[in-house]
Amino acid sequence: MNPIRILFRRELASYFATPVAYVFIVIFLLLSGAFTFYMGGFYERGQADLQPFFGFHPWLYLFLIPAVAMRLWAEERKSGSIELLLTLPVTMGQAVLGKFLAAWAFVGIALALTFPIWISVNYLGEPDNGVILASYLGSLLMAGAFLAVGSCLSAMTRNQVIAFILTVVACFLLLLSGFPLVLDFFRGLNLPQGVIDAISGLSFLTHFNAISKGVLDLRDLFYFALMIGFWLYATTIVIDLKKAD
Amino acid sequence: MIETRDLSKRYGDLVAVDGIRFSVQPGQVLGFLGPNGAGKSTTMKMLAGFLTPSAGSASICGYDVVESALAAKRLVGYLPEGAPSYGEMSVRGFLEFVADVRGLSGDARRRQLDDAIGRLSLQGVMHQSIDTLSKGFKRRVGLAQAILHDPKVLILDEPTDGLDPNQKHEVRALIQAMAKDKTIIVSTHILEEVHAVCNRAIIIARGKVLADDTPSALEARSRFHQAVSLTAENAAAVRDVLVRIGDVAAVEIDAQDQRLTAFPRKGKAIFASVVEALRANAIQVREIALEQGRLDEVFRQITTSAQEAA
Repeated sequence: MNPIRILFRRELASYFATPVAYVFIVIFLLLSGAFTFYMGGFYERGQADLQPFFGFHPWLYLFLIPAVAMRLWAEERKSGSIELLLTLPVTMGQAVLGKFLAAWAFVGIALALTFPIWISVNYLGEPDNGVILASYLGSLLMAGAFLAVGSCLSAMTRNQVIAFILTVVACFLLLLSGFPLVLDFFRGLNLPQGVIDAISGLSFLTHFNAISKGVLDLRDLFYFALMIGFWLYATTIVIDLKKAD
Repeated sequence: MIETRDLSKRYGDLVAVDGIRFSVQPGQVLGFLGPNGAGKSTTMKMLAGFLTPSAGSASICGYDVVESALAAKRLVGYLPEGAPSYGEMSVRGFLEFVADVRGLSGDARRRQLDDAIGRLSLQGVMHQSIDTLSKGFKRRVGLAQAILHDPKVLILDEPTDGLDPNQKHEVRALIQAMAKDKTIIVSTHILEEVHAVCNRAIIIARGKVLADDTPSALEARSRFHQAVSLTAENAAAVRDVLVRIGDVAAVEIDAQDQRLTAFPRKGKAIFASVVEALRANAIQVREIALEQGRLDEVFRQITTSAQEAA
């Protein structure tokens, strides 16, 4: 069997061996529901779409995904099991990928469990299910990018709290890089428009919003794939540098 | 077979392992001795493929631990210090996971699992999660994981740490049973263990090899080697008798239990002449023993003189 699959299975099972998985899933479902109905005005809008639901995902992920990602490597380092893992006949890349995919699949399960809202909106009206599917895909990709950032920062420390905070901050900046809050700062520096566009192009939110409008542009998909690839590669480098201490 | 060539590891300015060179053949059980922080664990971590050497190289059965890392790792069974594992997993789940990663399948997988579980008497705890196990059982799970794939090379970092005397005995018996066709390195700071399981010992301190010999040859370096110790009624009088023997270099009386020890001049055997002198002077001894040498004394002597030199 492929080592990535074996690591993936072990890792995914370990989420469900502790209350972590259940707490996460329940909180995620409660919060996404609450946001949609109370803050998103799901009924009041009178439109058959899931915009109020997906619109809150970036902000929900900002705090919930780092909570999943923080244990990825910090826990292995804390307990010393990283020494066991990396002396088994697996490559660093396989270990990083196996653990990341398990975390991603876990978040995917939580996301899939929001299906009642999709049933509701189909019962109430006639939404564009293509847009909804694209939004789910975009949300999953964004979750993957958050997790990859968290994986890298979790490898930097053996303290899960530090890993959590670092990940929240990094993800916050990556989210907001398309927002006036960050962009105005750079505009104030009189940077050329190209640089501003590049910074704005780094934003999770810009790409997520594009996908969740139902426009599956290859560039947006590439963006998330590259983001995930970059941060996972960075994870292997960080582990190599930091595993001795 | 394990070979290291000028193996070194630096952390910034700190030199943890400084040009270590040795080789271990199948059938040898090498005891790795040294004070805390001497570089024992760091050396073992490099051999197991966890840390990358800063300089020099190491190979496992001809496979370089950096260049052919995967091939080397396949041949090694490694028990890290403290026997870490995944606490939330059951013992069975954990061992099956390791078996899968090690590429065992079918009959071989079942046979190897049963063998490791049997050797470490884990049958009773297979369904418990590792977090709930006692320290001794955790250590045994770590050992089971290390021997699961019947590795050619075993690297065990403090395998008996935290075990009770009975468990220590079992683990030593296990190591001895596996020693025949394997290359084994055991680190420890329990010196009696060296005698119990090792046929070779390396003492390292400050990252350097200070001694590399059989345990008995190391003991022979002790001034207690071939010394005669005894207890008798009038210790002071007996001492006067013993110091007059030609080959006796010195006689000491232990302040606590009044035990007399007669030290021989270098390379001399004094047991027969001591017995004769005692008989000639009609001295009654309660008991008398020929000392083999004390490893702990040799250990202290070697490692502290290295410290003073530095």
